[in-house]
Amino acid sequence: MSRIGTTFARLQAEGQKAFVAYIMAGDPDMETSLAVMRGLPGAGVDVIELGMPFTDPMADGPTIQYAGQRALAGGQTLERTLEMVRRFREGDTDTPIVLMGYYNPIYSRGVDRFLADAGAAGIDGLIVVDLPPEEDVELCLPARAVGIDFIRLATPTTDDRRLPAVVRNTSGFVYYVSITGITGAAAASAADVAPDVARIKAASGLPVVVGFGISTPQGATEIASVADGCVVGSAIVKLIAEGRPVPQVLEAVAALADGVHAAGARAPAG
Amino acid sequence: MPEDIPNSHRTGPDDQGRFGIFGGRFVSETLMPLILELEAEYERAKTDDSFWAEMADLWTHYVGRPSPLYHAERLTQHLGGAKVYMKRDELNHTGAHKINNVLGQIILARRMGKTRIIAETGAGQHGVATATVCAKFGLKCVVYMGAHDVERQAPNVFRMKLLGAEVVPVTSGRGTLKDAMNDALRDWVTNVRDTFYCIGTVAGPHPYPAMVRDFQSIIGKETREQMMAAEGRLPDTLVAAIGGGSNAMGLFHPFLDEPTVNIVGVEAGGKGVDDRMEHCASLTGGRPGVLHGNRTYLLQDDDGQILEGFSISAGLDYPGIGPEHAWLHETGRARYVAITDAEALEAFQLCCALEGIIPALEPSHALAQVMKMAPDLPADHLIVMNMCGRGDKDIFTVARALGVDIAG
Ligand SMILES: Cc1ncc(COP(=O)(O)O)c(C=O)c1O
Repeated sequence: MSRIGTTFARLQAEGQKAFVAYIMAGDPDMETSLAVMRGLPGAGVDVIELGMPFTDPMADGPTIQYAGQRALAGGQTLERTLEMVRRFREGDTDTPIVLMGYYNPIYSRGVDRFLADAGAAGIDGLIVVDLPPEEDVELCLPARAVGIDFIRLATPTTDDRRLPAVVRNTSGFVYYVSITGITGAAAASAADVAPDVARIKAASGLPVVVGFGISTPQGATEIASVADGCVVGSAIVKLIAEGRPVPQVLEAVAALADGVHAAGARAPAG
Repeated sequence: MPEDIPNSHRTGPDDQGRFGIFGGRFVSETLMPLILELEAEYERAKTDDSFWAEMADLWTHYVGRPSPLYHAERLTQHLGGAKVYMKRDELNHTGAHKINNVLGQIILARRMGKTRIIAETGAGQHGVATATVCAKFGLKCVVYMGAHDVERQAPNVFRMKLLGAEVVPVTSGRGTLKDAMNDALRDWVTNVRDTFYCIGTVAGPHPYPAMVRDFQSIIGKETREQMMAAEGRLPDTLVAAIGGGSNAMGLFHPFLDEPTVNIVGVEAGGKGVDDRMEHCASLTGGRPGVLHGNRTYLLQDDDGQILEGFSISAGLDYPGIGPEHAWLHETGRARYVAITDAEALEAFQLCCALEGIIPALEPSHALAQVMKMAPDLPADHLIVMNMCGRGDKDIFTVARALGVDIAG
């Protein structure tokens, strides 16, 4: 089983919810973001989502846009992001790593070469925002063929007619974007999200984590209690933007992790 | 019908929205259902006579179509070679070809029950056209415009405001057209239920490149008829400037299956097409990539990061090009060249002096290419250049480039 599969199976057995934390690779520089990344599992992060910076992040709000700009200004490239993962893997062989970003840097490198390098570096899954199921031949199917999970975004506009196509080639987990909007916008309520999560779980048979707009431990508890886990991104990236020292960032991450894991204690998976 | 002949260049895109490998639908899941809905609505409208009747009526009475095909006699004499015609789309209401497409999209938006229209704009011409048609139909209009363009196209910003549009200056990136398109897409992703995204060129996810092309093809269809009436035959060469490529595609498309017609697209060469990358010539100086919903030629670095283009003309300042042009380039059906800022400025002045027409900086690029080609061609060679916009919006930029202070 892949690291992603193993992790969700373990959490499920423990009645726990998954905490997925997003940081931007190379923000503000590679050494700092590698230090944050290395500290994430210890702070209670179950899955690491590592952003690949791109000049034109069309689905991201200002917080993650600026993070990408800082990373690019600091010389981050796809090659250096892979390098970061290789170095992280020297000390951690268990925590799943999902790369998240946009297609062009991958396409520019060449899909086959990218997948070979990503597999060798220890990457478990990909989230590529601008590759809907209509474009599955581009990267999704080749990634699945080499054992890398392709994690799809489902959104409030993904209706029942469309859902089967959206989950068909998905693996690992499904990422439910709880609002129509960009990263860092306001959050949806747990009550709004719950029916969608149930619908997507039924259609996919996969764990469903919810993201976009979750910024506090309480918010994380609420959302995680109606899903298999939740993603926090902009709230962590903001702390890095403020120039907080790494231990302070990790302290805040730990509080968010406690929020997510409190949901598991409250509502065992059933 | 040309659609039926083998090896036709006019059958694209396929049902995946591809022209060869170019085009496609590279958008986030949130937008995908909207794009499919738009495609379905457009497919219905395309074969609905009442849709085209409404377009034709507005083209005649609101835009002022057909635009003349004008023999530029003194320019022809001056160049001493081919006979030069101009397709006068600068005479359209709002001063450019952009309104041809906007009318089509706004009629579609109304059929879809959308009440809020968003658009991106570079030179401001597409923004003005969108604001205009929204005013006419009483629709809310929000225009995203790079902060840098807001500055260099001040008259158009004021026009849009007079027309009741909200103009949002975009500061991300370098504040030009590409960044405005990013923010328009972010708006659309946020306001999916009531909002229609009116894209200003033959780019973006399928069905936009095909749909915008179909609306702009009125330019080429009229040209064909007018040339038959004037000369009794088809033109020999077509020349048009390319930002995203909509005025060019509108002129070219009806002629793609006419093997005797040479087709030349003119990209913005900025300060020169070389390693400094201070130009917007995606085909001449870029390589294939994926941006803004489609695969096409892009200006990008080795890591696949998109570069900001550079051109004196805000309307050409885009690091990509419509996917159908990328395909015509690779099949060799059309030829693409680059014209520098300096060459375009020279053509701008020549056109004013010889023809009494102040052209926009965008078609000045096409004219500069005509100036290069015409002298070496025989007198019976018929060239049509697309005069797709008038230059009122550009006089401040041109004055500055010529070192003249008109700020008063
Ligand atoms: C007069 C004029 N011509 C050309 C363009 C470039 O667009 P396209 O290549 O889509 O015709 C613009 C864009 O603003 C314009 O205003």
